[in-house]
Amino acid sequence: MLQNKSFVKRTRGGKITKVVREHYLRHDIYCGAPICKVCDTSQARLSPTPSTILIFDTNVVLNQIDLLENPAIDDVVVLSIVLEEVKNRNLSVYNRVRALCSNSLRKFFVFSNEHHKDTYVTEMSGESKNDRNDRAIRVAAQWYQTHLAGSARILLITNDKENKRKAIEEGISAETVESYVRSLSRPDLLDLLVQPASEDVNMEEVEDLRPSKRKIMYTEHKPMSEITSGLHRGIYHQGKLRVNRYNPFEAYVGSESIGDEIIIYGRTNMNRAFDGDIVAVELLPQDQWHEEKSLALADEEDEEEDVHLVPGSADDAPRTTAQPPGSAGVTEPISSRPSGRVVGIIKRNWHSYCGSLEPMAMPAGSGGVAHALFASKDRRIPKIRIHTRQLENLLDKRIVVAVDSWDRLSRYPSGHYVRTIGQIGDRDTETEVVLIENDINTRPFSSQVLACLPPLPWSVSSEDLANSIRQDLRQLRVFSVDPPGCKDIDDALHCTSLPNGNYEVGVHIADVTNFVHSDTPLDDEASQRGTSVYLVERRIDMLPKPLTEDVCSLRADVERLAFSVIWEMTPEAEIISTRYTKSVIKSCAALSYIEAQARMDDSRLMDPLTTDLRNMNALAKIMRDRRIQRGALTLASAEVKFQIDTETHDPLDIGMYQIREANQMVEEFMLAANVSVAEKILKHFPLCSLLRRHPTPTREMLEPLLRTAAAVGLNLDVSSSKALADSLDSAVADDPYFNKLIRILATRCMTQAVYFSSGDLSPPEYLHYGLAAPLYTHFTSPIRRYADVIVHRLLAASLGIQKLPTVFQDGTRLTSIADNLNYRHRNAQMASRASVELHTLIFFRKRPTDTEARIVRIRSNGFFVFVPKYGIEGPVYLTPRGEKGGGEWFVDEQQQKIRKMDGSMSYSVLQTVFIHLEIVEPQPNRPKLQLTLV
Amino acid sequence: MEYVSPEGLRLDGRRPMEMRQIRGEIGVVAKADGSALFEMGNTKVIAAVYGPREVQNRSQQLNDSALVRCEYTMANFSTGDRMRKPKGDRRSTEISLVIRQTMEACIMTHLMPRSQIDIFVQVLQADGGTRSACINAASLALADAGIPMRDLVTSCSAGYLNSTPLLDLNYIEDSAGGADVTLGIMPKLDKVTLLQMDAKLSVETFENVMQLAIEGCKAVATYIREVLLENTKQLEYRRGI
Repeated sequence: MLQNKSFVKRTRGGKITKVVREHYLRHDIYCGAPICKVCDTSQARLSPTPSTILIFDTNVVLNQIDLLENPAIDDVVVLSIVLEEVKNRNLSVYNRVRALCSNSLRKFFVFSNEHHKDTYVTEMSGESKNDRNDRAIRVAAQWYQTHLAGSARILLITNDKENKRKAIEEGISAETVESYVRSLSRPDLLDLLVQPASEDVNMEEVEDLRPSKRKIMYTEHKPMSEITSGLHRGIYHQGKLRVNRYNPFEAYVGSESIGDEIIIYGRTNMNRAFDGDIVAVELLPQDQWHEEKSLALADEEDEEEDVHLVPGSADDAPRTTAQPPGSAGVTEPISSRPSGRVVGIIKRNWHSYCGSLEPMAMPAGSGGVAHALFASKDRRIPKIRIHTRQLENLLDKRIVVAVDSWDRLSRYPSGHYVRTIGQIGDRDTETEVVLIENDINTRPFSSQVLACLPPLPWSVSSEDLANSIRQDLRQLRVFSVDPPGCKDIDDALHCTSLPNGNYEVGVHIADVTNFVHSDTPLDDEASQRGTSVYLVERRIDMLPKPLTEDVCSLRADVERLAFSVIWEMTPEAEIISTRYTKSVIKSCAALSYIEAQARMDDSRLMDPLTTDLRNMNALAKIMRDRRIQRGALTLASAEVKFQIDTETHDPLDIGMYQIREANQMVEEFMLAANVSVAEKILKHFPLCSLLRRHPTPTREMLEPLLRTAAAVGLNLDVSSSKALADSLDSAVADDPYFNKLIRILATRCMTQAVYFSSGDLSPPEYLHYGLAAPLYTHFTSPIRRYADVIVHRLLAASLGIQKLPTVFQDGTRLTSIADNLNYRHRNAQMASRASVELHTLIFFRKRPTDTEARIVRIRSNGFFVFVPKYGIEGPVYLTPRGEKGGGEWFVDEQQQKIRKMDGSMSYSVLQTVFIHLEIVEPQPNRPKLQLTLV
Repeated sequence: MEYVSPEGLRLDGRRPMEMRQIRGEIGVVAKADGSALFEMGNTKVIAAVYGPREVQNRSQQLNDSALVRCEYTMANFSTGDRMRKPKGDRRSTEISLVIRQTMEACIMTHLMPRSQIDIFVQVLQADGGTRSACINAASLALADAGIPMRDLVTSCSAGYLNSTPLLDLNYIEDSAGGADVTLGIMPKLDKVTLLQMDAKLSVETFENVMQLAIEGCKAVATYIREVLLENTKQLEYRRGI
């Protein structure tokens, strides 16, 4: 049956057009109940004897998705009209509903009521779209009722009074969510319910009861139409709000219309926007641009700086305002950066957050509903008000909470409890929090994914050897060098001298794409996970364990498949020729860095393997020098290493991660392999290669480094990477650690390198600044990075071995894959850092320590120190918090010094101080590391 | 964007392998020697055929075969926005050429030397697949004009979206940016006279999509035959045979 839908639509240009679309109604849409005698039941999803079949209204699905995800709710018919509305209103809820519908453990059935001949309704004249959709839902419910004729009860769940009334009039049983959940007699489910927004509650009543709370906290958001016209006229600016990780009262909105970041100080100006929301911002008058700063600080109730790991790059580092905070005496603060306030929120970025409840006294009548404040682990998120009936259980737990609404009368947003993770302070709980916070998938691999694995035990078959694309390199003396205890060995090397005096050097990478084929569930899963995540005590794999630790891992004395890059090099490390081939290798030794280093250093050893190592090391040194000549930066990191107790998994010791020559040697060849592969794939696929670039840091980003350097009388040239590298080299003082410190400070000014698809940018932008390489990619770790898997496919296609998967023809897909990889990569890094922080905390729990530290940043009431031994950074307060003893200490911005007013004491940047590290618990269940001067 | 829902329905409620509703009518322009109206869903095309007749421009006359000319236009009201479509723009020139070549392949031009056949097609309403609808309409009109043909030419498009081959794309699906394969075949001779594709597809998927388009063309051919048969019966009836 054919129907024409016609409606008017406003185009992006503002024109009104009439759209007519065909709409086919069908006979072959089935009800999904296995008990049905009329319908085809092969696709049925509902349980065989459902007592009640639930049909949800759109608003219920939108608001109560956490309830729907609870297994207590089952036998649900999701109408396509509901899905469509949900999709238009909130895509993330839509994705969650879709996941429920495709989950084989849940009994959710999608009924395409809009295309069923009996349940399609046409809009009546004078009927609004919402009314029409509500009617469609009722018609579908009624259809089910007559269709299943008494064999199951159909229950329509709606919170819309009007809809419920009409449904009951029409003879459909309907209930509100609250009454339905109550009827289930499961009190824990009630906590999952979203409380209706306060607008719906009778206003006068509330006003009378709690007049003090009726204060308006925030200005009203402008209606969408006003925002759009404001954006058009240039009064408002649109952008994504990013809250300062280290100061939740300061946020930035990157605006294209201004071409600069707009700073937003204080919660009032942020006007209920969350981190990640798309907002409309209005600029404040210029005379208010700076004075807000002090206000924001005054607003700072109980938030404070925590001890944290040393940032790995500019993205992790605390934001510093480019404008030096004017000293108290200056009356006219001039800020070059515009500040503004949020007038409306275009798109919310609400999701669920991990954290714990604020400690509070138990309400008198326990068992009733308690109002509690939830503090997220992520400091950028404001506290969230929740209702709970199980307060006593939750107080000392880490819980997950979702945000529902934030009206302008309340200081905090309101939300609801989703689930409990575990006891606060427990290592497993806290690790889980870290994983959730960073959106890391720790679920075991599904059976579909595991079905893609080769049959185990796996070994190189005769077909692999006979395959003409695969070269037999088993006779070569291949070995691998990795960190001790490494199980997922994805690279191995060989080096043989040729008769003409040159060397043949090979880098052999595990041939993961031989097992992970594109468009399989295994590949989809890996591309979603993007990377393996390394925590202190645990590893979350990108690929299933049999692949990572056995089939792909290039272990010693077993034949393995590899993808090899083989160069012929002169003794001066000039590359004469490069070839790429799939191969079969047999590693003769899996060395650790320490073993490899020991072999090279031991002059008595003259065995062939040690000779190879020495030759390679000589080549690597030349290559490294040449790279540094070109301007590659050698940056230092403050990575630490834990010694973990094998039984309790508690950290026993922390130390700086030592970098040996052997590490650098392996790194050098990996870099060379990556560069060679990048050149090869880009030559063949100029538009769809996956490369990695590192943007040149802007002068603004290097500002903190320059200021610190200037304060200690060091002049750094940052005009190019070469100049910076040279001036870093010349930055030496009597102090042996000085140079490394400067390098660490330089590292945190850099942005992170990112993956991108070569079609999205122009060749000059491909540059990798840190390596001073015009082209770079990742090829060498396909077991733990998905980017490398993609690059393997590209390289295989460029050699004509395999066909290029169709994904590569889709530019937008490729871009989204690269974006996902960057996101996952970054999250993985954040998770590792958080895990290290967590273990540092556990380590110091029983060991208050005195140690040496370096001042890295001066603040008005103290300074930040860096503790090299433990790789942590944290604040040291000179004046106790709360007391604004501003008069006693004086900050000299120019020289980066803090001086006592009477001149008796002063501290300057990079100075060595001795500090005391101890865990304190200012509030129960909130341990933190405190640094004090000794 | 989701063009095929997990329930296996397209945006307009069809399944991936289903065509839109088709309808053909013969003899809609009395003045022409042959004419037809052809609808594929909301795409509506009218075709008129004149000839074989004397060649208008003598210099173009061919001594061994007939001259086939084709003109494709879109009515100003055929799309929602009433834009003035300049005549002879790139797109319509291209489609005119495509239709002419496709039809030329099936007309037995050698039987009509020194004559001219004009095919006019106009799109009355456009909703994707205009090219196919025009060819089907022209084919029907040529048959109506009694011009000798080797076989009917029928056409249908198919595409590939959300990793699913789709038959007979409508406008929304057509503008989704996926591949769009327009195929014209002579169903009885089993020969391809037109094959166009924008965007890229891997060979395997292309073969699937092409197979689907062939099925579509055959279905159109069956329908066109029915229309012609019905028309012939009507003529018989009117002549009182």
